[in-house]
Amino acid sequence: MKILNFFKQRTSTAPVARERLQLLLAHERAVSGKSDLIAILQEEIMAVIAKHFPVEQEGITVKMERGEVVSTLEVEVEIPTPMCPSFPLPANSAPSDPSEPVSIEPETKMARTGS
Amino acid sequence: MAKVLVVTSGKGGVGKTTSTAALGAALASAGKNVVLIDFDVGLRNLDLVMGAERRVVYDLINVVQGDAKLAQALIRDKRVPTLSLLPASQTRDKDALTDEGVSSVITELKEKFDWVICDSPAGIERGATLAMRHADVAIVVTNPEVSSVRDSDRIIGLLDSKTERAEKGERVEKHLLLTRFDAARAGRGEMLNVGDVLEILSIPLLGIIPESSEVLRASNLGSPITLNNPASAAARAYFEAAKRLNGEALDVTIPIDRKGLFGKLFGRRAA
Repeated sequence: MKILNFFKQRTSTAPVARERLQLLLAHERAVSGKSDLIAILQEEIMAVIAKHFPVEQEGITVKMERGEVVSTLEVEVEIPTPMCPSFPLPANSAPSDPSEPVSIEPETKMARTGS
Repeated sequence: MAKVLVVTSGKGGVGKTTSTAALGAALASAGKNVVLIDFDVGLRNLDLVMGAERRVVYDLINVVQGDAKLAQALIRDKRVPTLSLLPASQTRDKDALTDEGVSSVITELKEKFDWVICDSPAGIERGATLAMRHADVAIVVTNPEVSSVRDSDRIIGLLDSKTERAEKGERVEKHLLLTRFDAARAGRGEMLNVGDVLEILSIPLLGIIPESSEVLRASNLGSPITLNNPASAAARAYFEAAKRLNGEALDVTIPIDRKGLFGKLFGRRAA
């Protein structure tokens, strides 16, 4: 098998290098100069949420994930349940705790975009 | 009119110091007055590559801080009289360099020389940004390899934003110097080819320096390759690049070393 591999034409790796670089640099150039974009987003989103819920600075995470075709921006906000005002949930997400019929999941996740 | 040239790359080990020495010696051999400044404070090596390590008395930081006059710190090359070196300090750290100090040293050098060539340290920290700060022309040294190309892209971004020219709304003239290029491997698709790198970085090509054992041989001896073995492929590529820097419009070629039968059989292993 090893001998067979020796005679087999090795596949080119340079085109892979080129494609990876093109994809990566297209992204890096877009965010260069505003490398703290995520931090700014986090701050601004935080300010909006804070108008309606009492949230802590650590309770919010903003993540950017890059895919080949679609990239996702993930925003996760943690709100202490007692602070959370009651509002009706969509039908498919039934409350997990039967003792609190109108309440929300213990750790409320909201404003979640992408996957 | 004097020109300030920065030799930069982002990534370390791609050939900035080798290229600074080789191009400086090539320009000086063509009759230009050239000074090379080592900006790698704490990790100086241009003195060693130039074979001047035992002649260093004062350095860039001594001059910046007023402890020595520029004329005391400059080391004149023994082989090419129009070539000088301003070494970096080996003991101090980069914080000893101030923007004003560097600026005044460069202004003074511009009066005496045709080319002021700044050998940048690797990275994007203070030393690297100060080395590029006053540049009119930049050479981005890149290996045909993913990490080097990525770092070069980052450096090009900094040249367009953090230099004095960029802040005045002017452009720094940027050139790509592709080093350690192996045409045979690129031909087999094992290495990024010239077109790939040019397309990705989209700055004009100054030269292609072929991978060559002569480069190490020259640095072992403390002599720029353009002086140590001017007939070698790498040296010829540097001479061509130097001519282009001086405004000559030459087609870019990839010089090859002519090998005898023995060299063809064993050349890869010889160093």
